[in-house]
Amino acid sequence: MASTARRDAPEPPDFGILKRLARDQLVYLLEQLPGRKDLFIEPDLMSPLDRIANVSVLKQHEVDKLYRVENRPAPSTSDQLCFLVRPRVRTMRYIADIVNADKMSGRNRKYKIIFSPQKFYACEMVLEEEGVFGDVTCDEWSFYLLPLDEDIISMELPEFFRDYFLEGDHRWINSVARALQLLNSLYGPFSRVYGIGRCAKMSYELWRDLEEESESDGQGRKPEIGNIFLMDRDVDYVTALCSQVVYEGLVDDTFRIKCGKWWEVTSSDKSIKVLLNAQDKIFSQIRNEHFSSVFGFLSQKSRNLQAQYDRRQGMDIKQMKNFVSQELKGLKQEHRLLSLHIGACESIMKKKTKQDFQEMIKVEHALLEGFDIRESTSFIEEHIDRQVSPIESLRLMCLLSITENGLIPKDYRSLKTQYLQSYGPEHLLTFHNLKRIGLLTEQAAGETLTAVESRVSKLVTDRAAGKITDAFNSLAKKSNFRAISKKLSLIPRVDGEYNLKTPRDMAYVFSGAYTPLSCKIIEQVLERRGWQGLEEAVRLLNGNEFAMADGAPEEGAGGDAQRVVVAVFLGGCTFSEIAALRFLGKERGRTGRCGRGGGTARPQRARSTRRCAAPRLPVHLPDHRRHQQRPRDGGHGRGQGVTPSRGRCGRARGCGAPRSAQ
Amino acid sequence: MDCYTANWNPLGEEAFYRKFELYTMEWGLKEDLWDCLVAAAPYGGPIALLKNNARKEKSPNTRPLLEIYSASGLLLASIPWKSGQLVQLGWTASEDLLCIQEDGTVLIYNLFCEFKRHFSMGNEVLQNHVLEAKVFHTEYGTGVAILTGAYRFSLTTNIDDLKLRRMPEVPGLQKPPSCWAVLTQDRVTIVLLAVGQDLYLLDNTSCSVVTPPGMSPSAGAYLQMAVSFNYRCLALFTDTGYIWMGLATLKDKLCEFNSTIRSPPKQMVWCTRPRSRQRAVVVAWDRQLMVAGDSMECIRGRHRFVLDEDSYLVPEPDGVRILSRTSHEFLHEIPEASQEIFKIASMAPGALLLEAQKEYEKESQKADEYLREIKDQKLLPEAVSQCIEAAGYEHEPETQKSLLRAASFGKCFVDKFPPESFVRMCQDLRVLNSIRDYQIGIPLTFTQYKRLTIEVLLDRLVLRRLYPLAIRICEYLRLPEIQGVQQKDKSDEEVAYAINQKLGDTPGISYSEIAARAYDCGRTELAIKLLEYEPRSGEQVPLLLKMKRSKLALSKAIESGDTDLVYTVVLHLKNELNRGTFFMTLQNQPVALSLYRQFCKHQERETLKDLYNQDDNHQELGNFHVHSSYSEKRIEGRVGALQNAVDEYYKAKNEFAAKATEDQIKLLRLQRHLQEDFDKPYLDLSLHNTVSTLIQDGHHKKAEQLYREFKIPDKRYWWLKISALASRGDWEEMEKFSKSKKSPIGYLPFVEIAVKHHNRYEAKKYAPRVTPEQRVKAFILVGDLEQAADAAIEHKNEAEMNLVLSKCSATTDSAVMEKLSRARALLLKK
Repeated sequence: MASTARRDAPEPPDFGILKRLARDQLVYLLEQLPGRKDLFIEPDLMSPLDRIANVSVLKQHEVDKLYRVENRPAPSTSDQLCFLVRPRVRTMRYIADIVNADKMSGRNRKYKIIFSPQKFYACEMVLEEEGVFGDVTCDEWSFYLLPLDEDIISMELPEFFRDYFLEGDHRWINSVARALQLLNSLYGPFSRVYGIGRCAKMSYELWRDLEEESESDGQGRKPEIGNIFLMDRDVDYVTALCSQVVYEGLVDDTFRIKCGKWWEVTSSDKSIKVLLNAQDKIFSQIRNEHFSSVFGFLSQKSRNLQAQYDRRQGMDIKQMKNFVSQELKGLKQEHRLLSLHIGACESIMKKKTKQDFQEMIKVEHALLEGFDIRESTSFIEEHIDRQVSPIESLRLMCLLSITENGLIPKDYRSLKTQYLQSYGPEHLLTFHNLKRIGLLTEQAAGETLTAVESRVSKLVTDRAAGKITDAFNSLAKKSNFRAISKKLSLIPRVDGEYNLKTPRDMAYVFSGAYTPLSCKIIEQVLERRGWQGLEEAVRLLNGNEFAMADGAPEEGAGGDAQRVVVAVFLGGCTFSEIAALRFLGKERGRTGRCGRGGGTARPQRARSTRRCAAPRLPVHLPDHRRHQQRPRDGGHGRGQGVTPSRGRCGRARGCGAPRSAQ
Repeated sequence: MDCYTANWNPLGEEAFYRKFELYTMEWGLKEDLWDCLVAAAPYGGPIALLKNNARKEKSPNTRPLLEIYSASGLLLASIPWKSGQLVQLGWTASEDLLCIQEDGTVLIYNLFCEFKRHFSMGNEVLQNHVLEAKVFHTEYGTGVAILTGAYRFSLTTNIDDLKLRRMPEVPGLQKPPSCWAVLTQDRVTIVLLAVGQDLYLLDNTSCSVVTPPGMSPSAGAYLQMAVSFNYRCLALFTDTGYIWMGLATLKDKLCEFNSTIRSPPKQMVWCTRPRSRQRAVVVAWDRQLMVAGDSMECIRGRHRFVLDEDSYLVPEPDGVRILSRTSHEFLHEIPEASQEIFKIASMAPGALLLEAQKEYEKESQKADEYLREIKDQKLLPEAVSQCIEAAGYEHEPETQKSLLRAASFGKCFVDKFPPESFVRMCQDLRVLNSIRDYQIGIPLTFTQYKRLTIEVLLDRLVLRRLYPLAIRICEYLRLPEIQGVQQKDKSDEEVAYAINQKLGDTPGISYSEIAARAYDCGRTELAIKLLEYEPRSGEQVPLLLKMKRSKLALSKAIESGDTDLVYTVVLHLKNELNRGTFFMTLQNQPVALSLYRQFCKHQERETLKDLYNQDDNHQELGNFHVHSSYSEKRIEGRVGALQNAVDEYYKAKNEFAAKATEDQIKLLRLQRHLQEDFDKPYLDLSLHNTVSTLIQDGHHKKAEQLYREFKIPDKRYWWLKISALASRGDWEEMEKFSKSKKSPIGYLPFVEIAVKHHNRYEAKKYAPRVTPEQRVKAFILVGDLEQAADAAIEHKNEAEMNLVLSKCSATTDSAVMEKLSRARALLLKK
C-alpha cells in the first residue's frame, strides 16, 4: 500500500469544512435559546454529534445537562429544554408527552426542537395533534454530511434503507438532494454526473431543481470534485450480501463500526471506543488488505517495533535522552495500535472459526458462480438447524435467492419453516419484508426466467427476444444476477492461485472470486464516460441510468479535480466496496500517470483517475441482513453510509450516503 | 382662451363646426393613402392598411403588407399578405379585421394580425369575382355585402351567424352601378344603388325604382351616396355638384345644396351629432373638404379646410375623423353647451360662471358681480350643469379643467347641488384622457364613450392587451376587476402561454402570485395553467389546495419529490374528503399511499388496518394482526390476534403464513402449559429453543411429543438433542440416543460436540462410527493421531495423510509420522 502521494495525485478536497459548517450552525441554533438549557439528544445522533461538537463545546454554549431521548420521563429540572432529534413521529410523541406532563403540573418551560437534517411536515402535524405545537419552537440543523474519514462521508441516516426500499417512503430523497447541493456548492460545480437506480434519478432531478431555484453563483469557482456517481443500493444487493474478507470489513462484521468508531473489547473485558480512520497509521496500511495478509504484516510490524525498542541497548545517556524525548512516544503509540489490531485479529479469528467461516466462504463462492446449488442449499439448511447465527443464515438465504433469481418453491417453504423453528415465528414478518424488497423470493412456477429466455431466444431473432425479455422484466423486478455477471465478467478467470498480496483487480476484496458489481459498474461508466456500450447490462439492471456532462472541461483542462470522483451509494455500502474503489483509484491513478508521462496513451483514463467514493460507508454487512425485524421491539436498525475510494494514493475518500439497516 | 373660437366655422346661423388635431401620425407612411386599402374602425378604432395591393405592380418580391395601427399611428402588428387578392378591408363591431378577397373568401384576423377564421360569400363568386364590397353594422352584428362581377349583390347581416342572401337581379344592369349603399330599415337590410340617373332599391324579393322626393329633375347622374351612422339619413351627390339630403326611407327631403363642384368626390360622409337638428355632410375631393348642410353657405376647403394631402374620412356617430399621412383630425359640430359658453359675447349662465371663476382666481370682485348676475336669474344650477357638460366635449385637458373648476366654484353657491354629475364627469374625463394618450391611441369623444359604454371599452382595452390600463380603470371606477382581466376570445392556455412568453423566466417573477391573482378574479382554469409555469412546486401546491384542486395538488406534490408537500396535501385531503373517497384517492397514488402508511404506522395504527381493508390487502392485514399480537399482554389476546391473522392469510391464499401462524398459536398454548407445569419461562422461545430447553431440563418425553407434533425434521432434532444433552452433560442419555436408530446426521457431530465440551472420552466412543470419509477428521478431533493415520492410509488419500502429518509434532508422534511418510511414499510411487 504505497501511501506516499504520487506527484500527480490530486489532493482530496478538505471535507473538514463540512464539520465546521455543521458546528457553526449548531452553535448558532443553541444560542437562539439564550441561557442555560438541558439538551436532549436522539441516541443515533449521539455519535455524529460527538464528531461535530464535543461536550465542552456544548457546555460553552450553556448546555447544562445532556439526556438521551428514550422512552422514559426526563428527570430534567432546567427551565429550558432543547431537543436535538431526527424528524421522527415517535420522537415527537415523546416530546409532546413531556410538554403535556409539564402543562398538567403547571410548569412553565421553554422548549425548542432542532431537527436534523430537516423538519418534516408530518412531525409538525403530530405536535399539532398532540396539542403542543404552540408551545415549542422548531428549527432545522442542516447537518447532511458527516466526514467519517479523509475519503468517506456519511449522511448517517439509518432509516434510509428501510424507509425507501422497503416502505417506498420518499421523504429522504429531499435530504439526499440537499446534501448533493451542499457538496456541489462547496466542492463543485460537478462537471459530470452519472447514476443508476430510481432513487438516484429522483435525487438527481430534485437536486437539479434545487440548483435552478437557488441560482447560486457556482461559476468561476475552481471545482474540487469533478465527477459524481449515484447508485441505488438495490442495483447491487449481491455484493452487500457476501462475507467480507478485507480487514476493515471484518472488523465491521465482528465489532460493528459505527460512525467511524468501534468498540474494542480489551483483555480486561472493558470496552473502549476507538476511532478508525486514516490517522491510525497501522490501520491505514491494513484496512484495505485481504485478511490473509494482515497477520503477516502485523507480525512483521511488531518485529520492527521490537527492533526499534531494542536500539536502546547500548545507547549512551545522550542518545537515550533523545530517544525518550523524540521517539518513545511514537513507538508507544504504535505499540498500542499494534496490540489493538492484533487483538482485533484474534477476536475475528476466534469468531470466524467458530462459524465454519471457510465452509461458508466456499458456499458463497459456489453460489456466486452458480454451481453445486443443491449442496449449498443443504449447507444453509444445516446452518439454520444448528442455529449458528440468525443473521448469517438469512444472509445466505438471500444470496441464494438473488443469485438464482428466487428459490424454487420447495426450498422456499422448507428453508423458511426451518428458520421459523430455529429463530422464532416472529420472523414471518421478516420474510414478508425480504420478499417485498426482492431479497428473498420464490421462483415463478416451473422455470426460471433465464430458462425461458434462452429457449425463447433460440426460437426468435435477437431483437424480438429482447422485447420479450423486457416484458418478463416488467413482471417482476428480477435480479438477473447470472446474466449480469456474465455480461460484465464479474467472476474473474483465475489461472492458478489468485495473488491476494498484490492483487491485479478489484476481485481481491472477495478473495479473487468475485468482482463487486457496484464497483464494476462505476469503473465501466467512468472509463466510457457514459453508458454507451453498457445497454444490455443496464437493461438487466432494470434501467434508470443517466449521465450528464455539464460543459465538462476537456482532458487536462479541469486539472486534478476532474479526476476526483464521488461515488454515492443510496442505501449504504460495504467496506469491501470501499476497499475495491480505493484499489480502483490507485490503479487508475497509476494508469493516468503513465499516460501523461509517456505523452501518448489514453488520456481519458488519466482523467478518471481519482475517485472519491462516496457516500457513506457501510459499515458492515449490508444491511439487508439485518433486515429482519423483530416485531416486538419495533426496533430500527442502524444505518450506514457509503464509501468512497479515492484515487491515487490508495486512500479512499468518500462522501456520505445513507444506508440503513433494517 | 381669447381665440378659443378661432377654429369655429359657422354653418348657417346656428351651427359651428370645428376641426382639431387628435394626433400627429407617427406611422411614417411613404405610400399615398389612396394607393392603399384602408379601413379604420369607428369609435376611435384601429386602422388597417394594405400596402402594395395594386395588381399591376405585383412582382414576386413585393408582397402586399398588411399593417394594423392604432389611431395614433403606432404599429400594432404587421404581416406580409400571402392570401389572395383583396378587395376590401373592414372592421367588425368587436374590432376584428375582415379581409374580403376577390374570390369571395373573407378572412378574419384579430387586432394583432393573428388569423382567426374564414368564411366564404358563396360559390357563385368564385367565377365572377367580387367587384366591390362593403362592411356594415346593424343591430344584428357586422354584415358584409358584395357586388359580384355579374352585377349581383349578396350579403350577410351577421358574419357570426352566416346566412347568405342573394339579392334579386337588377333588370338590365350591364355595368357596375356608379354607387351603392346598404341601408337598414325596419330590421330589413336593403341595398340602394344608383345607375346613371336611376335609383334602385333591392330588398329580399324585389327590385324597385325609387325617386327621392324633392329631387331636382335636372340634378344629373348620381355619383356618390352616403348613409348616416345610424342609417337614418341619406345623402346623394350628382354629377352636377348637387347634393340631396334626406331620410333614408326616401320619404322626406331634409335639405339640398349645390356645391357647384362637378368632379366626383373621393368620399362623402355624414357629420351629425346625435340629437342635433343640424344635418351636414362632409364631402372630400382630392385637395379640399366641404361641409354642406341646411344652409346656403357651406364651409369650403378653400378657406378653412384645405387638405394638404390625401385624406381618408372615417364617419363617427358625432363627427368625422380625417386621416392623413401626417395627422389625424376630428371634425364635428360644436355641441350646444360649448356653444353657449364659448360663443363670443355669450351671456349664457355657463359663460358667466366661467368668467366669474376666472375673476375669482384673479381675486377680483368682478367674480361676485358675475355670480350675482347668474344668481339673480336663478340660473346657477343650469350654469353649473352647463360647465360640466361642456367639459365633456373638450379635448384639451386644460379647457376641461377650467370648465370643471368653474362648475366646482359655482357648485359652492348652490344649495344641495347633487354631486354625482360632477364626480362622474371628472371620472369619465380621466378615463378618456388616459385612453386618448397616444401610447394607447383611442380618441374617443365623450359622446362616443357614452354610447360605447365602459364595459365595451374595457373589453377593447383587453383585446388590445392593455391589461394594466384596464385593471387601473376598473380600480378607479370601482368596477369589479373581473371585467378588467376578462379575456373572452382566448383559451386559458393561450393566455397562460402569452403571459409566459412575456415574462419568461425572469428572476423575481412569481407565477404563483399571478395565478393567485387569476384565481381571485375567478379564473380558476387560467390559474391552473399559469401554475404550470411555476418552477417551485412548493408554491404551486398551496394555491391548488386553496382552489380545491386537491387531486391535482397531490400529483403536483408527488411530482415535486418533496414529501412534505405530499403530506400537506394528504392531510388536507383527509379532512376534506370522506374516508372512503380519501382512501380511493390514495390508492391511485402509490407514493402518497406509502407516505400515509408510514404516518399511520407510527401515529394511527387503526387507520392502517382500515387502509388495508379498503383494498382487500389480506396479506398486509395478516401482518398487521401478527404485529399487534406482540403488543397484547395476555396469552388469550395474542392468540386472538394471531387467529385473526390466520384468517387473513387464508384469504390472501398464503397458506404458508397461515400454517406458520397456526403453529405459532399451538406453540404458544403449549408453552403456557409448560410454563405452568415446570414453572420456568418458555413463552416466546422458538420451537427449537423450546425443545432444547425441555431436553436440557430432562423432560425427554415432552420433547419427544413436540418433535412429533410439530414434525420437526429428523436432522434438526438430532442436532438439537445432542447439543442439548451435551450442554447438560448427560452423556449416558446421549449414548442411548445415538443407538436408538441410525443417525441422520452421521456421527461426526457427536464427536465434535463432545470435543467442544472437552469430553474426549465420550468423543472417542463415537469416532469409530463416523463414516469412513470423515473418520480421519474425527480421529484428529479426538486427538487419536494413530487411528487417524491408519484411517488415512486405509483410504490411500494423500491430502488426508498430509493433514494428519501437519497435526503431528515431531517429539511425541514420530512413529505415526514415520508410518505416514512411508505410506505416502508408497502411494506416490504408484
